[in-house]
Amino acid sequence: MNKKSKWRYFMDWVNGEEVIETPKKVTWKKIDFEKWKTIFQKYLWNDRKKSIFYLIMCVFVSVVFISILLQTVNTLPYFGGSNNPASNEVVQRYIESGVEETGATNIVAGMILDYRAFDTFGESNVLFLAVICVVMLLKKDKYNTTEAEEREQKEDDMFEKQDANIILKRIANLLIPLLFLFGIYVVLNGHISPGGGFSGGAIIGAGLVLYASVNGQQKIQKFFTYKIFVRINVGCLLTYCVLKGYSFFTGANHLPNIIPKGVPGALLSGGLILPLNICVGMIVACTIYGFYALFTKGEI
Amino acid sequence: MLIENLLLLFLIVCAVLVSVTKRLLRAVIIFMAYSIVMSVIWIFLESPDLAITEAAVGTGITSILFFLTLKKVHQIKGTHDE
Amino acid sequence: MTNLMTNHYEAAAVILFGIGFMNLLLSRNLIKKFIGLNIMDTAVYLFLAAKGFIAGRAAPIIAQGTTATVEQFINPVPSGLVLTGIVVSVSVTAFSLALVQRLYKHYGSLDLDEIMQKAKKEGH
Repeated sequence: MNKKSKWRYFMDWVNGEEVIETPKKVTWKKIDFEKWKTIFQKYLWNDRKKSIFYLIMCVFVSVVFISILLQTVNTLPYFGGSNNPASNEVVQRYIESGVEETGATNIVAGMILDYRAFDTFGESNVLFLAVICVVMLLKKDKYNTTEAEEREQKEDDMFEKQDANIILKRIANLLIPLLFLFGIYVVLNGHISPGGGFSGGAIIGAGLVLYASVNGQQKIQKFFTYKIFVRINVGCLLTYCVLKGYSFFTGANHLPNIIPKGVPGALLSGGLILPLNICVGMIVACTIYGFYALFTKGEI
Repeated sequence: MLIENLLLLFLIVCAVLVSVTKRLLRAVIIFMAYSIVMSVIWIFLESPDLAITEAAVGTGITSILFFLTLKKVHQIKGTHDE
Repeated sequence: MTNLMTNHYEAAAVILFGIGFMNLLLSRNLIKKFIGLNIMDTAVYLFLAAKGFIAGRAAPIIAQGTTATVEQFINPVPSGLVLTGIVVSVSVTAFSLALVQRLYKHYGSLDLDEIMQKAKKEGH
Protein backbone atom coordinates (compact mmCIF):
# COMPACT_ATOMS: atom_id res chain seq x y z
CA MET A 1 0.00 0.00 0.00
CA ASN A 2 1.65 3.21 -1.10
CA LYS A 3 1.22 6.66 0.31
CA LYS A 4 -1.05 7.97 -2.37
CA SER A 5 -3.62 5.29 -2.11
CA LYS A 6 -3.63 5.76 1.61
CA TRP A 7 -4.38 9.45 1.11
CA ARG A 8 -7.22 8.61 -1.24
CA TYR A 9 -8.54 6.16 1.22
CA PHE A 10 -8.60 8.90 3.84
CA MET A 11 -10.23 11.39 1.44
CA ASP A 12 -12.96 8.93 0.68
CA TRP A 13 -13.56 8.40 4.34
CA VAL A 14 -13.75 12.18 4.98
CA ASN A 15 -16.19 12.66 2.13
CA GLY A 16 -18.39 10.04 3.58
CA GLU A 17 -18.22 7.75 0.60
CA GLU A 18 -18.29 4.07 0.95
CA VAL A 19 -14.88 2.50 0.90
CA ILE A 20 -14.62 0.34 -2.13
CA GLU A 21 -10.96 -0.40 -2.21
CA THR A 22 -9.68 -3.01 0.12
CA PRO A 23 -6.03 -3.02 1.06
CA LYS A 24 -3.93 -5.61 -0.61
CA LYS A 25 -3.38 -8.69 1.45
CA VAL A 26 0.17 -9.30 2.45
CA THR A 27 1.18 -12.92 2.17
CA TRP A 28 4.10 -14.23 4.10
CA LYS A 29 6.44 -16.70 2.68
CA LYS A 30 5.86 -19.82 4.70
CA ILE A 31 8.85 -21.07 6.62
CA ASP A 32 8.90 -24.70 7.58
CA PHE A 33 9.24 -24.27 11.32
CA GLU A 34 8.63 -27.90 12.15
CA LYS A 35 11.53 -29.08 10.01
CA TRP A 36 13.96 -26.66 11.62
CA LYS A 37 12.64 -27.55 15.02
CA THR A 38 13.27 -31.25 14.57
CA ILE A 39 16.77 -30.62 13.23
CA PHE A 40 17.47 -28.31 16.13
CA GLN A 41 16.21 -30.82 18.63
CA LYS A 42 18.06 -33.70 17.06
CA TYR A 43 21.52 -32.24 16.79
CA LEU A 44 21.84 -29.13 18.91
CA TRP A 45 19.39 -29.52 21.76
CA ASN A 46 18.95 -33.19 22.57
CA ASP A 47 18.34 -34.54 26.05
CA ARG A 48 21.98 -35.14 26.82
CA LYS A 49 22.96 -31.62 25.89
CA LYS A 50 20.00 -30.30 27.85
CA SER A 51 21.12 -32.05 31.01
CA ILE A 52 24.71 -30.89 30.53
CA PHE A 53 23.49 -27.35 30.00
CA TYR A 54 21.34 -27.63 33.12
CA LEU A 55 24.30 -28.88 35.16
CA ILE A 56 26.60 -26.14 33.95
CA MET A 57 23.98 -23.47 34.56
CA CYS A 58 23.29 -24.79 38.08
CA VAL A 59 26.95 -24.69 39.02
CA PHE A 60 27.33 -21.29 37.37
CA VAL A 61 24.33 -19.78 39.16
CA SER A 62 25.40 -21.22 42.51
CA VAL A 63 28.99 -20.00 42.13
CA VAL A 64 27.85 -16.52 41.12
CA PHE A 65 25.42 -16.53 44.02
CA ILE A 66 28.10 -17.58 46.52
CA SER A 67 30.56 -15.00 45.22
CA ILE A 68 28.01 -12.18 45.45
CA LEU A 69 27.15 -13.20 49.00
CA LEU A 70 30.83 -13.50 49.93
CA GLN A 71 31.38 -10.02 48.58
CA THR A 72 28.56 -8.85 50.85
CA VAL A 73 30.03 -10.68 53.84
CA ASN A 74 33.31 -8.92 53.11
CA THR A 75 31.73 -5.54 53.73
CA LEU A 76 29.69 -6.52 56.78
CA PRO A 77 30.66 -5.21 60.23
CA TYR A 78 33.26 -7.28 62.03
CA PHE A 79 32.27 -10.58 63.61
CA GLY A 80 32.10 -10.24 67.39
CA GLY A 81 32.23 -6.47 67.43
CA SER A 82 30.20 -4.70 70.09
CA ASN A 83 29.21 -1.73 67.90
CA ASN A 84 27.28 -3.97 65.56
CA PRO A 85 24.16 -2.21 64.24
CA ALA A 86 22.09 -5.23 65.28
CA SER A 87 22.69 -4.54 68.98
CA ASN A 88 20.64 -1.39 69.30
CA GLU A 89 18.28 0.07 71.89
CA VAL A 90 15.87 -2.87 71.57
CA VAL A 91 18.53 -5.21 72.90
CA GLN A 92 19.36 -2.77 75.67
CA ARG A 93 15.71 -2.64 76.71
CA TYR A 94 15.39 -6.43 76.65
CA ILE A 95 18.49 -7.00 78.76
CA GLU A 96 18.28 -4.17 81.23
CA SER A 97 14.59 -4.24 82.09
CA GLY A 98 13.77 -7.77 80.94
CA VAL A 99 14.00 -9.33 84.40
CA GLU A 100 11.85 -6.64 85.93
CA GLU A 101 9.19 -6.72 83.22
CA THR A 102 8.92 -10.43 82.54
CA GLY A 103 10.30 -12.04 85.70
CA ALA A 104 12.44 -14.51 83.76
CA THR A 105 16.20 -14.61 84.21
CA ASN A 106 16.67 -16.34 80.87
CA ILE A 107 16.30 -13.38 78.52
CA VAL A 108 15.66 -15.54 75.48
CA ALA A 109 12.71 -17.29 77.15
CA GLY A 110 11.40 -13.96 78.40
CA MET A 111 11.69 -12.58 74.91
CA ILE A 112 9.98 -15.36 72.98
CA LEU A 113 7.23 -16.00 75.54
CA ASP A 114 6.52 -12.50 76.78
CA TYR A 115 7.59 -9.71 74.45
CA ARG A 116 7.08 -11.78 71.31
CA ALA A 117 4.56 -14.33 72.51
CA PHE A 118 2.31 -13.80 69.53
CA ASP A 119 5.13 -15.00 67.28
CA THR A 120 5.49 -18.17 69.34
CA PHE A 121 1.74 -18.73 69.17
CA GLY A 122 1.97 -18.64 65.38
CA GLU A 123 4.80 -21.11 65.54
CA SER A 124 2.82 -23.54 67.70
CA ASN A 125 0.09 -23.25 65.11
CA VAL A 126 2.61 -24.13 62.41
CA LEU A 127 3.47 -27.32 64.33
CA PHE A 128 -0.20 -28.16 64.76
CA LEU A 129 -0.87 -27.57 61.07
CA ALA A 130 2.10 -29.72 60.11
CA VAL A 131 0.89 -32.63 62.19
CA ILE A 132 -2.65 -32.25 60.84
CA CYS A 133 -1.28 -32.28 57.28
CA VAL A 134 0.70 -35.43 58.05
CA VAL A 135 -2.45 -37.01 59.51
CA MET A 136 -4.28 -36.16 56.30
CA LEU A 137 -1.53 -37.60 54.13
CA LEU A 138 -0.51 -40.73 56.00
CA LYS A 139 -3.32 -41.84 58.31
CA LYS A 140 -4.55 -45.23 57.29
CA ASP A 141 -8.14 -45.78 56.34
CA LYS A 142 -9.90 -48.16 53.99
CA TYR A 143 -9.33 -45.95 50.94
CA ASN A 144 -5.57 -45.66 50.89
CA THR A 145 -4.33 -49.10 51.93
CA THR A 146 -3.87 -52.11 49.72
CA GLU A 147 -3.70 -55.76 50.71
CA ALA A 148 0.03 -55.99 50.05
CA GLU A 149 0.70 -53.20 52.50
CA GLU A 150 -1.40 -54.84 55.16
CA ARG A 151 0.49 -58.09 54.67
CA GLU A 152 3.78 -56.22 54.98
CA GLN A 153 2.53 -54.56 58.14
CA LYS A 154 1.66 -57.94 59.64
CA GLU A 155 5.09 -59.31 58.76
CA ASP A 156 6.69 -56.31 60.41
CA ASP A 157 4.67 -56.93 63.56
CA MET A 158 5.75 -60.58 63.56
CA PHE A 159 9.39 -59.59 63.28
CA GLU A 160 8.94 -57.07 66.02
CA LYS A 161 7.73 -59.78 68.37
CA GLN A 162 10.49 -62.20 67.37
CA ASP A 163 13.28 -59.66 67.61
CA ALA A 164 12.46 -58.80 71.20
CA ASN A 165 15.97 -58.10 72.38
CA ILE A 166 16.08 -58.44 76.16
CA ILE A 167 19.15 -56.25 76.69
CA LEU A 168 17.78 -53.47 74.53
CA LYS A 169 14.47 -53.61 76.34
CA ARG A 170 15.94 -53.51 79.83
CA ILE A 171 18.36 -50.67 79.06
CA ALA A 172 15.73 -48.65 77.25
CA ASN A 173 13.25 -49.10 80.08
CA LEU A 174 15.90 -47.84 82.48
CA LEU A 175 16.65 -44.89 80.23
CA ILE A 176 13.12 -43.80 79.43
CA PRO A 177 12.15 -42.47 82.90
CA LEU A 178 15.38 -40.50 83.05
CA LEU A 179 14.65 -39.07 79.63
CA PHE A 180 11.16 -38.01 80.69
CA LEU A 181 12.53 -36.52 83.90
CA PHE A 182 15.16 -34.54 82.02
CA GLY A 183 12.58 -33.30 79.54
CA ILE A 184 10.22 -32.20 82.31
CA TYR A 185 13.13 -30.48 84.08
CA VAL A 186 14.07 -28.60 80.92
CA VAL A 187 10.46 -27.50 80.38
CA LEU A 188 9.90 -26.38 83.97
CA ASN A 189 13.21 -24.52 84.22
CA GLY A 190 12.82 -22.83 80.86
CA HIS A 191 12.64 -19.35 82.37
CA ILE A 192 15.67 -19.59 84.65
CA SER A 193 18.08 -21.74 82.65
CA PRO A 194 18.70 -22.68 79.01
CA GLY A 195 15.90 -24.71 77.54
CA GLY A 196 12.20 -24.15 77.41
CA GLY A 197 9.15 -25.56 75.78
CA PHE A 198 10.62 -26.42 72.40
CA SER A 199 13.74 -28.26 73.53
CA GLY A 200 12.08 -29.94 76.53
CA GLY A 201 9.11 -30.97 74.43
CA ALA A 202 11.45 -32.46 71.85
CA ILE A 203 13.22 -34.45 74.59
CA ILE A 204 9.91 -35.78 75.97
CA GLY A 205 8.84 -36.60 72.41
CA ALA A 206 12.09 -38.49 71.87
CA GLY A 207 11.36 -40.44 75.07
CA LEU A 208 7.91 -41.35 73.75
CA VAL A 209 9.45 -42.42 70.45
CA LEU A 210 11.96 -44.64 72.26
CA TYR A 211 9.19 -46.17 74.37
CA ALA A 212 7.07 -46.85 71.31
CA SER A 213 9.92 -48.35 69.32
CA VAL A 214 11.07 -50.66 72.13
CA ASN A 215 7.79 -51.80 73.67
CA GLY A 216 5.61 -51.70 70.60
CA GLN A 217 2.91 -49.27 69.70
CA GLN A 218 0.10 -51.33 71.22
CA LYS A 219 1.42 -50.60 74.67
CA ILE A 220 1.57 -46.86 74.18
CA GLN A 221 -1.93 -46.84 72.73
CA LYS A 222 -3.28 -47.85 76.12
CA PHE A 223 -2.72 -44.37 77.45
CA PHE A 224 -2.15 -42.27 74.34
CA THR A 225 -4.87 -42.59 71.74
CA TYR A 226 -5.79 -40.38 68.84
CA LYS A 227 -8.54 -38.76 70.88
CA ILE A 228 -6.14 -37.81 73.68
CA PHE A 229 -3.61 -36.58 71.11
CA VAL A 230 -6.11 -34.20 69.53
CA ARG A 231 -7.42 -33.10 72.92
CA ILE A 232 -3.95 -32.27 74.26
CA ASN A 233 -2.96 -30.39 71.12
CA VAL A 234 -6.13 -28.32 70.81
CA GLY A 235 -6.42 -27.79 74.55
CA CYS A 236 -2.87 -26.51 74.87
CA LEU A 237 -3.28 -24.17 71.90
CA LEU A 238 -6.52 -22.79 73.34
CA THR A 239 -4.95 -22.39 76.79
CA TYR A 240 -2.05 -20.50 75.25
CA CYS A 241 -4.48 -18.32 73.30
CA VAL A 242 -6.60 -17.51 76.36
CA LEU A 243 -3.68 -16.83 78.71
CA LYS A 244 -1.83 -14.63 76.27
CA GLY A 245 -5.04 -12.97 75.17
CA TYR A 246 -5.66 -11.97 78.78
CA SER A 247 -2.16 -10.57 79.03
CA PHE A 248 -2.48 -8.62 75.77
CA PHE A 249 -5.93 -7.33 76.74
CA THR A 250 -4.86 -6.01 80.11
CA GLY A 251 -1.62 -4.62 78.70
CA ALA A 252 -3.28 -2.78 75.84
CA ASN A 253 -5.99 -1.25 78.05
CA HIS A 254 -3.61 -0.31 80.89
CA LEU A 255 -5.41 -2.55 83.35
CA PRO A 256 -3.53 -4.07 86.29
CA ASN A 257 -2.31 -7.59 85.63
CA ILE A 258 -3.27 -9.85 88.56
CA ILE A 259 -0.70 -12.54 87.76
CA PRO A 260 2.26 -12.14 90.14
CA LYS A 261 5.76 -11.98 88.69
CA GLY A 262 7.40 -13.65 91.68
CA VAL A 263 11.03 -13.47 92.72
CA PRO A 264 13.28 -13.70 89.65
CA GLY A 265 15.27 -16.92 89.76
CA ALA A 266 12.73 -18.98 91.70
CA LEU A 267 10.92 -21.86 90.05
CA LEU A 268 7.48 -20.29 90.47
CA SER A 269 8.25 -16.98 88.88
CA GLY A 270 8.02 -15.29 85.56
CA GLY A 271 4.26 -14.79 85.55
CA LEU A 272 2.77 -16.51 82.51
CA ILE A 273 6.03 -17.87 81.13
CA LEU A 274 5.90 -21.14 83.08
CA PRO A 275 2.36 -22.19 82.00
CA LEU A 276 3.08 -21.09 78.44
CA ASN A 277 6.26 -23.17 78.43
CA ILE A 278 4.28 -26.19 79.64
CA CYS A 279 1.68 -25.68 76.90
CA VAL A 280 4.34 -25.37 74.19
CA GLY A 281 6.22 -28.38 75.56
CA MET A 282 3.10 -30.57 75.49
CA ILE A 283 2.29 -29.48 71.94
CA VAL A 284 5.82 -30.24 70.75
CA ALA A 285 5.97 -33.63 72.51
CA CYS A 286 2.60 -34.70 71.09
CA THR A 287 3.53 -33.47 67.63
CA ILE A 288 6.80 -35.36 67.57
CA TYR A 289 5.25 -38.59 68.77
CA GLY A 290 2.48 -38.04 66.23
CA PHE A 291 5.03 -37.73 63.42
CA TYR A 292 6.70 -40.97 64.53
CA ALA A 293 3.47 -42.92 64.86
CA LEU A 294 2.12 -41.74 61.52
CA PHE A 295 5.39 -42.40 59.73
CA THR A 296 5.64 -45.97 61.01
CA LYS A 297 2.14 -47.45 61.29
CA GLY A 298 -0.08 -44.74 59.95
CA GLU A 299 -2.12 -44.50 63.12
CA ILE A 300 -1.69 -42.84 66.46
CA MET B 1 39.91 -20.16 67.45
CA LEU B 2 41.49 -23.12 65.70
CA ILE B 3 38.83 -25.52 66.89
CA GLU B 4 36.06 -23.26 65.64
CA ASN B 5 37.64 -23.08 62.19
CA LEU B 6 38.03 -26.86 62.17
CA LEU B 7 34.37 -27.33 63.07
CA LEU B 8 33.28 -24.93 60.31
CA LEU B 9 35.47 -26.82 57.86
CA PHE B 10 33.87 -30.06 59.03
CA LEU B 11 30.44 -28.58 58.32
CA ILE B 12 31.43 -27.66 54.77
CA VAL B 13 32.98 -31.08 54.14
CA CYS B 14 29.80 -32.77 55.43
CA ALA B 15 27.63 -30.61 53.21
CA VAL B 16 29.72 -31.51 50.16
CA LEU B 17 29.71 -35.22 51.06
CA VAL B 18 25.92 -35.26 51.32
CA SER B 19 25.64 -34.26 47.68
CA VAL B 20 28.44 -36.60 46.57
CA THR B 21 27.36 -39.85 48.26
CA LYS B 22 25.23 -42.26 46.28
CA ARG B 23 23.59 -44.10 49.15
CA LEU B 24 20.75 -42.34 50.90
CA LEU B 25 21.41 -43.93 54.30
CA ARG B 26 24.95 -42.57 54.29
CA ALA B 27 23.70 -39.14 53.31
CA VAL B 28 21.28 -39.13 56.25
CA ILE B 29 23.99 -40.24 58.68
CA ILE B 30 26.33 -37.54 57.39
CA PHE B 31 23.55 -35.03 57.91
CA MET B 32 23.22 -36.29 61.49
CA ALA B 33 26.91 -35.62 62.08
CA TYR B 34 26.45 -32.19 60.53
CA SER B 35 23.64 -31.41 62.97
CA ILE B 36 25.54 -32.48 66.05
CA VAL B 37 28.58 -30.40 65.07
CA MET B 38 26.21 -27.51 64.49
CA SER B 39 24.96 -27.88 68.06
CA VAL B 40 28.58 -27.66 69.30
CA ILE B 41 28.96 -24.46 67.29
CA TRP B 42 25.93 -22.95 69.02
CA ILE B 43 27.82 -23.39 72.31
CA PHE B 44 30.76 -21.48 70.84
CA LEU B 45 28.34 -18.73 69.79
CA GLU B 46 27.09 -18.45 73.41
CA SER B 47 23.54 -19.61 72.76
CA PRO B 48 22.87 -22.70 74.91
CA ASP B 49 19.13 -22.59 74.18
CA LEU B 50 19.85 -23.21 70.55
CA ALA B 51 22.36 -25.95 71.36
CA ILE B 52 19.80 -27.96 73.35
CA THR B 53 17.12 -27.46 70.73
CA GLU B 54 19.38 -28.34 67.83
CA ALA B 55 20.69 -31.45 69.60
CA ALA B 56 17.17 -32.67 70.36
CA VAL B 57 15.35 -31.58 67.23
CA GLY B 58 17.93 -31.40 64.46
CA THR B 59 19.88 -34.51 65.38
CA GLY B 60 17.20 -36.65 66.96
CA ILE B 61 13.86 -35.96 65.42
CA THR B 62 14.86 -34.99 61.88
CA SER B 63 17.09 -38.06 61.56
CA ILE B 64 14.37 -40.33 62.91
CA LEU B 65 11.96 -38.93 60.33
CA PHE B 66 14.49 -39.47 57.53
CA PHE B 67 15.17 -43.04 58.69
CA LEU B 68 11.48 -43.86 58.87
CA THR B 69 10.98 -42.50 55.37
CA LEU B 70 13.89 -44.57 54.09
CA LYS B 71 12.34 -47.63 55.69
CA LYS B 72 8.98 -46.88 54.10
CA VAL B 73 10.50 -46.53 50.64
CA HIS B 74 12.62 -49.71 51.07
CA GLN B 75 15.98 -48.01 50.70
CA ILE B 76 17.57 -48.61 54.07
CA LYS B 77 19.83 -51.39 52.77
CA GLY B 78 20.73 -49.53 49.63
CA THR B 79 19.16 -52.19 47.41
CA HIS B 80 17.15 -49.77 45.33
CA ASP B 81 19.90 -47.23 44.76
CA GLU B 82 20.79 -45.60 41.48
CA MET C 1 38.96 -10.15 50.98
CA THR C 2 40.83 -9.84 54.28
CA ASN C 3 37.56 -9.37 56.13
CA LEU C 4 36.54 -12.90 55.21
CA MET C 5 39.03 -14.20 57.75
CA THR C 6 37.52 -12.13 60.54
CA ASN C 7 33.97 -12.83 59.38
CA HIS C 8 34.71 -16.55 59.09
CA TYR C 9 31.37 -17.66 60.56
CA GLU C 10 29.41 -15.63 58.05
CA ALA C 11 31.62 -16.80 55.19
CA ALA C 12 31.10 -20.44 56.21
CA ALA C 13 27.35 -19.86 56.47
CA VAL C 14 27.25 -18.37 52.97
CA ILE C 15 29.27 -21.23 51.51
CA LEU C 16 27.02 -23.77 53.24
CA PHE C 17 23.99 -21.99 51.83
CA GLY C 18 25.47 -22.23 48.33
CA ILE C 19 26.29 -25.91 48.73
CA GLY C 20 22.78 -26.65 49.98
CA PHE C 21 21.33 -24.69 47.06
CA MET C 22 23.47 -26.64 44.60
CA ASN C 23 22.36 -29.88 46.24
CA LEU C 24 18.74 -28.80 45.92
CA LEU C 25 19.18 -28.04 42.22
CA LEU C 26 21.45 -30.87 41.13
CA SER C 27 20.42 -34.02 42.94
CA ARG C 28 17.46 -35.79 41.40
CA ASN C 29 16.64 -37.81 44.48
CA LEU C 30 13.90 -36.22 46.57
CA ILE C 31 15.33 -37.18 49.96
CA LYS C 32 18.69 -35.66 49.06
CA LYS C 33 16.88 -32.54 47.95
CA PHE C 34 15.30 -32.23 51.38
CA ILE C 35 18.64 -32.76 53.11
CA GLY C 36 19.93 -29.89 50.95
CA LEU C 37 16.98 -27.78 52.06
CA ASN C 38 17.81 -28.54 55.70
CA ILE C 39 21.43 -27.54 55.12
CA MET C 40 20.22 -24.22 53.69
CA ASP C 41 18.08 -23.73 56.79
CA THR C 42 20.93 -24.30 59.21
CA ALA C 43 23.19 -22.03 57.16
CA VAL C 44 20.73 -19.18 57.59
CA TYR C 45 20.54 -19.85 61.34
CA LEU C 46 24.33 -19.87 61.58
CA PHE C 47 24.46 -16.50 59.83
CA LEU C 48 21.87 -14.97 62.15
CA ALA C 49 23.47 -16.29 65.33
CA ALA C 50 26.92 -15.17 64.17
CA LYS C 51 25.61 -11.64 63.68
CA GLY C 52 24.28 -11.63 67.24
CA PHE C 53 27.49 -12.84 68.84
CA ILE C 54 29.70 -10.33 70.64
CA ALA C 55 33.18 -11.43 71.64
CA GLY C 56 33.93 -11.76 75.34
CA ARG C 57 30.32 -11.64 76.50
CA ALA C 58 28.20 -14.33 78.11
CA ALA C 59 24.94 -15.99 77.17
CA PRO C 60 21.90 -13.90 78.16
CA ILE C 61 21.06 -15.67 81.42
CA ILE C 62 21.17 -13.27 84.34
CA ALA C 63 22.47 -14.51 87.67
CA GLN C 64 20.08 -14.24 90.60
CA GLY C 65 20.10 -10.94 92.46
CA THR C 66 22.29 -8.97 90.07
CA THR C 67 21.37 -6.05 87.88
CA ALA C 68 22.13 -6.57 84.24
CA THR C 69 23.83 -4.15 81.89
CA VAL C 70 24.12 -4.43 78.13
CA GLU C 71 27.90 -4.74 78.29
CA GLN C 72 27.70 -8.18 79.91
CA PHE C 73 25.58 -10.14 77.46
CA ILE C 74 25.32 -10.99 73.81
CA ASN C 75 22.41 -10.04 71.59
CA PRO C 76 19.42 -12.25 72.51
CA VAL C 77 17.21 -11.37 69.54
CA PRO C 78 18.85 -13.69 66.94
CA SER C 79 18.68 -16.57 69.43
CA GLY C 80 14.95 -16.14 69.75
CA LEU C 81 14.49 -15.91 66.01
CA VAL C 82 16.58 -19.03 65.37
CA LEU C 83 14.79 -20.99 68.11
CA THR C 84 11.55 -20.31 66.27
CA GLY C 85 13.12 -21.25 62.96
CA ILE C 86 14.52 -24.62 64.03
CA VAL C 87 11.11 -25.92 65.08
CA VAL C 88 9.44 -24.61 61.92
CA SER C 89 12.11 -26.31 59.81
CA VAL C 90 11.46 -29.67 61.47
CA SER C 91 7.74 -29.41 60.80
CA VAL C 92 8.40 -28.47 57.17
CA THR C 93 10.72 -31.48 56.88
CA ALA C 94 8.08 -33.80 58.33
CA PHE C 95 5.44 -32.50 55.94
CA SER C 96 7.68 -32.84 52.90
CA LEU C 97 8.74 -36.36 53.89
CA ALA C 98 5.08 -37.33 54.21
CA LEU C 99 4.57 -36.03 50.68
CA VAL C 100 7.58 -38.08 49.54
CA GLN C 101 6.01 -41.21 51.00
CA ARG C 102 2.77 -40.57 49.16
CA LEU C 103 4.66 -39.96 45.91
CA TYR C 104 6.57 -43.20 46.35
CA LYS C 105 3.35 -45.05 47.01
CA HIS C 106 1.84 -43.72 43.79
CA TYR C 107 4.78 -43.74 41.38
CA GLY C 108 7.14 -46.25 42.98
CA SER C 109 10.19 -44.08 42.63
CA LEU C 110 12.12 -41.32 44.38
CA ASP C 111 13.74 -39.96 41.21
CA LEU C 112 12.11 -36.68 40.25
CA ASP C 113 12.68 -37.15 36.50
CA GLU C 114 11.07 -40.59 36.59
CA ILE C 115 8.14 -39.26 38.56
CA MET C 116 7.65 -36.44 36.05
CA GLN C 117 7.74 -38.85 33.12
CA LYS C 118 5.22 -41.16 34.73
CA ALA C 119 2.99 -38.23 35.59
CA LYS C 120 3.14 -37.03 31.96
CA LYS C 121 2.19 -40.49 30.73
CA GLU C 122 -0.79 -40.53 33.04
CA GLY C 123 -1.82 -37.21 31.57
CA HIS C 124 -1.80 -35.01 34.63
